[in-house]
Amino acid sequence: MSLITPDFGLLFWMTLIFAIVFFILAKFGFPLITGMVKKRSDTIEQSLRDAEEARKTLKDLAAEQKKLIEEARKEQARILNEAAAAGDKIVQDAREEARAQTSAMIEKAREDIRIEQETARRQIADEVTNLSIEVAEKLVREHLNSAEKQHSLIDKLIEEARASHQPVN
Amino acid sequence: MRGIRKILLLAAVLLLSAPVPAAAQHADAAETEDFDLNEYIFGHIGDAYEWHITTVNDHHISIPLPCIVFDGGVHVFLSPRMEENGYTLNENGKLVNATTGKRPIDISITKNVLSLLLSSILLVALILATARWYKRHDALKEAPRGFPGLMEMLITMVTDDIIKEGVGKDWEKYAPYLLTAFFFIFLNNLLGIVPFFPGGANVTGNIAVTLVLAVCTFLAVNLFGNKHYYKDIFWPDVPTWLKVPVPLMPLIEIIGIFTKPFSLMIRLFANILAGHIMILGVVAVIFITAKLGPAINGSMSVISVLFGVFMDVLELLVAFIQAYVFTMLSSVFIGLSRQEPEHEKQLETTK
Repeated sequence: MSLITPDFGLLFWMTLIFAIVFFILAKFGFPLITGMVKKRSDTIEQSLRDAEEARKTLKDLAAEQKKLIEEARKEQARILNEAAAAGDKIVQDAREEARAQTSAMIEKAREDIRIEQETARRQIADEVTNLSIEVAEKLVREHLNSAEKQHSLIDKLIEEARASHQPVN
Repeated sequence: MRGIRKILLLAAVLLLSAPVPAAAQHADAAETEDFDLNEYIFGHIGDAYEWHITTVNDHHISIPLPCIVFDGGVHVFLSPRMEENGYTLNENGKLVNATTGKRPIDISITKNVLSLLLSSILLVALILATARWYKRHDALKEAPRGFPGLMEMLITMVTDDIIKEGVGKDWEKYAPYLLTAFFFIFLNNLLGIVPFFPGGANVTGNIAVTLVLAVCTFLAVNLFGNKHYYKDIFWPDVPTWLKVPVPLMPLIEIIGIFTKPFSLMIRLFANILAGHIMILGVVAVIFITAKLGPAINGSMSVISVLFGVFMDVLELLVAFIQAYVFTMLSSVFIGLSRQEPEHEKQLETTK
């Protein structure tokens, strides 16, 4: 059967052709392709690893950032509290001082007023005295402008004096 | 759903159109009276000194091929001039000396050789075109698309699924051979299914071709086998009376060295040959039934076309499976020849 007996010519050509094809493909074809594919898959793997690392770093950074923000917030709160306390104290002090100053001023004003009043009172008393004297002078002058009146007055005064000297019986 | 509708449509078209050529064939067959099935099948699967393309009105249209013969000197002539050069074909269709009737050393470019040449040029072009893409592009930044992408997918599949799995350590050393074998077999299988000129030759269904491939695997296995592999052949771990005085186990192991590539050779050869014969047989039903009248011939033609489609699709699958199996078994055999002894391996893993 010619089907299962290998023909020499075909064997020869097949060996030659397959050897050449193998040589060409093994030298210029497959190693280049498989090498590149391997390199690419390595690169992809490396990139994935890098990405994972970057993600981790980012996560750490975010955590750190959060911590920093937290700290800053605390600091801010503390500073605000301090500032509020300081402000309160300043206001308190100012108020205190103002009160002290006011009371001192009021005291002084009161003293002044008292002195003024004293002076005024004295002036008024003088004035009144003077006025009384003037009035009395005028009254006396009015009363004693005639001799008759002067006589009656004298009489009257003598009478009074007599009555007072005389014992009561 | 759409796919099913398409298939039904295709079947309907075939049903309607099939009887017409069948009737024509019937007329043809009636003229020539008897149809030589043997010649028809073996003419297609066998080798030839010319590439017969078709026959129109009893006139053969063939591509003449050069015959190269060493017979006390080199004789080179085209196949139609065989008789003028003193050679003729024997009953097996082989070229013999017309006067002595002996086979000279014959390295003619036969149909199979030409087909091999064409498919090899195509294969080299395909692979180098893919390789060129990698030279022209920065493969680290982009993946190929279109044809190089397809080739990359196939190559990656073969290396990852077959070669790495089968060979194990040092697979890179064997990858070029195994990849060449895979694509060589796959491409020739596919071209064998194409029914007209550049394809249609029965290359991978020819024992000489599969013999060379099997010898390559044999060499790859046995030239680079390690110490453990050869120790297992000549002094296997079996009771001593199986080795001395009669070297029973070594003998079996030595036979095993040859049966492994032999099975590769026969498997590929037989599968592809059987596929070709099946398709030819299914098509031949049309011509055989031509004598039985238009009704039987017409209905058988429809069946034959449907079966032919089925067989062709099946052969597509077989073309891939056989290439896959050949490569897989080759890499497994290579892997076995490079296996480290069990206990050393255990030591390595415990380290």
